[in-house]
Amino acid sequence: MSGNALIQVKDLQKWFKGGEIRALDGVSADIHQGEVVVVIGPSGSGKSTFLRCLNLLERPTGGTITFDGADITDSKCNINVHRQKMGMVFQHFNLFPHMTILKNMTLAPVKLLGKSQEEAEKKARELLDRVGLGDRADAYPNQLSGGQKQRIAIVRALCMEPEVMLFDEPTSALDPEMVGEVLEVMKQLARDGMTMVVVTHEMGFAREVGSRVIFMDSGKIIEENTPGEIFDHPQSERLQSFLAKVL
Amino acid sequence: MNKPTPASLWPEIAPEWMLNLPDGLEDFFYKLYKCFIFDDRYMMFVKGLGNTLLLTALALLIGIVLGVIVALVRVSWDKNSAEMHGPGKIILWIANLVSKLYLTVIRGTPVVVQIMIMFFVIFASSRNKIMVGCLTFGINSGAYVAEIIRSGIMSIDNGQMEAGRSLGFGYISTMRYVILPQAFKNVLPALCNEFIVLFKETAVVGYIGLSDLTYAANTVGGVTYEYLYTLVAAAIIYLIFVVGLSYLVGKLERRLRSSER
Repeated sequence: MSGNALIQVKDLQKWFKGGEIRALDGVSADIHQGEVVVVIGPSGSGKSTFLRCLNLLERPTGGTITFDGADITDSKCNINVHRQKMGMVFQHFNLFPHMTILKNMTLAPVKLLGKSQEEAEKKARELLDRVGLGDRADAYPNQLSGGQKQRIAIVRALCMEPEVMLFDEPTSALDPEMVGEVLEVMKQLARDGMTMVVVTHEMGFAREVGSRVIFMDSGKIIEENTPGEIFDHPQSERLQSFLAKVL
Repeated sequence: MNKPTPASLWPEIAPEWMLNLPDGLEDFFYKLYKCFIFDDRYMMFVKGLGNTLLLTALALLIGIVLGVIVALVRVSWDKNSAEMHGPGKIILWIANLVSKLYLTVIRGTPVVVQIMIMFFVIFASSRNKIMVGCLTFGINSGAYVAEIIRSGIMSIDNGQMEAGRSLGFGYISTMRYVILPQAFKNVLPALCNEFIVLFKETAVVGYIGLSDLTYAANTVGGVTYEYLYTLVAAAIIYLIFVVGLSYLVGKLERRLRSSER
């Protein structure tokens, strides 16, 4: 099975302060085409670090990550090319405030994929319509609500036509009433067959949409199973106490 | 034939009503005539102002180019050195060291001393005072511009760099398309103030005998012994430009703030 994994993580280590803090301590996981992998765990468990290592925003201290058959942790590997195929959505949206929504979405396809401006705009408008923001193409990010910003951030990443989408607590910075609209877009994306890795505290989303749930604590994967097993029959004591607190 | 003097020409040239003024007031107009009209002396001020503006503009250009480069070197080193290796790291390390030395020396010594060293030592064989002036003020201003731009880059949230990188842009492209445009916008008022300071600072080029506005006022004052009139005139001209520029900066600042909404 591991042979055809889209992303293959082996014994990933991430140390801070020369090993004093081990944010990741030997994490191995495979992510397959079309899977929605949800990573849960208490804060400080290393789940965000794990996600940020997948596209090397965080340089791992040890271990390997294979994406599309290439070892991206190799220092000779041009990570920029691989990142084009890995979309990322951040907790704080990180839209470019000095550009209109349309420019936010077309910048990378035009500069990196060599698309023409018209072609990129057509695709961007299509995606905007799909998330119900077709009329905001010429607005600036500051003129949007948090939920709208996050939906834009998602479609900005989609403009690059990525093979996998990484979500780093996409709803944590949102007002409660705006969480739903963002999750709805993510569910839609999952139904369309997008491969997704999602770090989140939204247990409902994990249960409903996830094809696999990974529970992390102290830089290690404690349990990994289908959502049904994780939530209804947690094995480890650590997961049981975590679920008791969050559910 | 005697050479005409301002005193000998004044009765012929002055309009009737001026000559009929009380003594003090007539004297005022006479001195204005002596300092600025006689012998086309105003042309010295015009040429001097021209040199001042030329110096300021060219120095500003050099300063911004130099400032951006130094700021980028400093920021890149501070943020990336831990993750770099190989020859790239050594080059950046040297560039950063040179930049720090540059900032320390330039900001730690008076610009008057700098311009004299440039003219009497480094470019001792050149008589091109404008070139020496532009270079000195450009290099001097570059140090201050560098720190202004560096603060602008540092003020941009780290998430912007991460967002750019996660889309597949390299470090330099992200700087160019995402970070620098925002940083520039943030520091534009500070840059304009640096421009105003630079404009006034060029007054010290008199030390190498370049006839800028201050030098012209000093020269005409020396010929006429009317320093009060010539120096105050120079001061007024500087003031008009600075007040005008400040007004434009203020307007720019308001415009920038309103577009943020």
